[in-house]
Amino acid sequence: MTAIALEGVGFVYPDGTRALAGVDLAVAPGEVVAIVGQNGSGKSTLVRHLDGLLRPTEGRVLLDGQDIADVRVAALAARVGIVFQNPDRQIFAGRVRTEVEFGPRILGRTPGETAAAASAALAAVGLAELGDANPYDLGFSRRKLLALASVLAMNTPVVILDEPTTGQDARGVVRIQRVIQEISKAGRTVIAISHDMRFVAETFGRVIVMGAGRVLLDGSPSQVFAEGVWPTLASTYLEPPYAARVGARLGLASTPSDALLIGELERIGAAHPG
Amino acid sequence: MLGLHGISYRYAGYAEPVLHEINLTLADGEIVGVVGANDAGKSTLCLVASGLAPGSIGGGLSGRLTIDGSDMAGRPLHEFSTRVGIAFQNPATQLSGVSGSVFEEVALGPMNLGLPARETVARTRAALTTLGIEDLREREPRHLSGGQAQLVVLASLLAMRPAHLVLDEPTAQLDPEGTRLVGEALRALAATGTGMLITEHKTDLLNRLCSRVVVIDAGRIVLDGPTAAVLADGRMEQWGVEPPSPIRLARALEARGLDPGLVAGALQ
Repeated sequence: MTAIALEGVGFVYPDGTRALAGVDLAVAPGEVVAIVGQNGSGKSTLVRHLDGLLRPTEGRVLLDGQDIADVRVAALAARVGIVFQNPDRQIFAGRVRTEVEFGPRILGRTPGETAAAASAALAAVGLAELGDANPYDLGFSRRKLLALASVLAMNTPVVILDEPTTGQDARGVVRIQRVIQEISKAGRTVIAISHDMRFVAETFGRVIVMGAGRVLLDGSPSQVFAEGVWPTLASTYLEPPYAARVGARLGLASTPSDALLIGELERIGAAHPG
Repeated sequence: MLGLHGISYRYAGYAEPVLHEINLTLADGEIVGVVGANDAGKSTLCLVASGLAPGSIGGGLSGRLTIDGSDMAGRPLHEFSTRVGIAFQNPATQLSGVSGSVFEEVALGPMNLGLPARETVARTRAALTTLGIEDLREREPRHLSGGQAQLVVLASLLAMRPAHLVLDEPTAQLDPEGTRLVGEALRALAATGTGMLITEHKTDLLNRLCSRVVVIDAGRIVLDGPTAAVLADGRMEQWGVEPPSPIRLARALEARGLDPGLVAGALQ
């Protein structure tokens, strides 16, 4: 299990664009964390620091207390798996199963372990029947699930998901929620970027709100979607989930998900019909 | 007016059709939403409605596609491109790859329509402004984020001012602000007479934008009607579609034996 720490991390792209400034974060093993914020707020830049694809121009990134500045990307790949937003930047094999087996094989797992890991990962994302298909015969949403499976199969202590629900239908979103819960149950860490505030409020225990390369808010869904901080959310062009807005209008405590709103209504003894 | 009349479509190399007996008309200025599970046939419908299937990718089509009353069977693809604009689901596959800047990328469409330079520049500026991406004008298209690329693709379409637009999940990679800007831009465009077919999983957006929604299941249209009635249909989850937030919450309350009236009107 892996603890993540960022200390005063800043990043400036070679063209001079500042993407991160003074980011301090600690993520404990097994935490399930969402990162939200407008396009260009630094979310993707931030997560690319965790597996060495980008190196901070200021500050340090530590995994289990070790500064990873000099650790090669290939060595970090066994510890931090990242699923990109665009699956076509990730998929290269001509067969679904070959694609998923690549990760564990390159990490030196035995053929038996590799096959088992690939089967489990394909089953988790609902692609077990499509092992022999060509990835490019699959629709976009299934290619996204395939990219997710290929990272799951590596069994890394940290899994990063960049907008995992893009293009998924209602069933696909539920499947991804289950996958995240399973990873978390195994004590592994999930960090996901998402624009879907309802998905975020229902799935994650902790939400980090970013704006202009900085951490604006960091807390539970109830804390970051509470009415008192809506102006901060608005500064990075975010709107709280529907249930949070309804709850606030009814004068309830912060209720960012349907389940929390219903729980709060029941707690205050809202009348049942009839 | 864009019309699909009894259309079935089979991809090249496939034994079975993916779309069956589709009847759908899109009036000028109308915004029609298309919902359904993944692999129900939504993206295929977009390819057929824009003439790319079979025009560009082959396959077998039966039935008739009409634009403003004329049958498009056998017409060359360039005739479609001036009348129907399409945005693919993955913007990365749509960027031309030949432009050095976002401005050039957006200008490419009007230039290829043979418009004078002054008109091309004016349209390009207007499209960038409408979507709030003037600050991206000098950026290299291949270095854009997914959301930025999606806005650039939409700007490219706006600049061509086609009479009909087919948009395959146009806001999938956008943040809430980008989604709002796109919604406003599309509504303004519809007011000028452009008809739009939009596939989306975000039913909250369709709820605000569309006058009509059709549901596709296993390649067939199973429901077609006014937005509010369709999105409130009890079979939506069975078809893999998430109902809009207010309906979802009302159902969750009912499931717990609570009165949906408790929250009804809270956000009116």
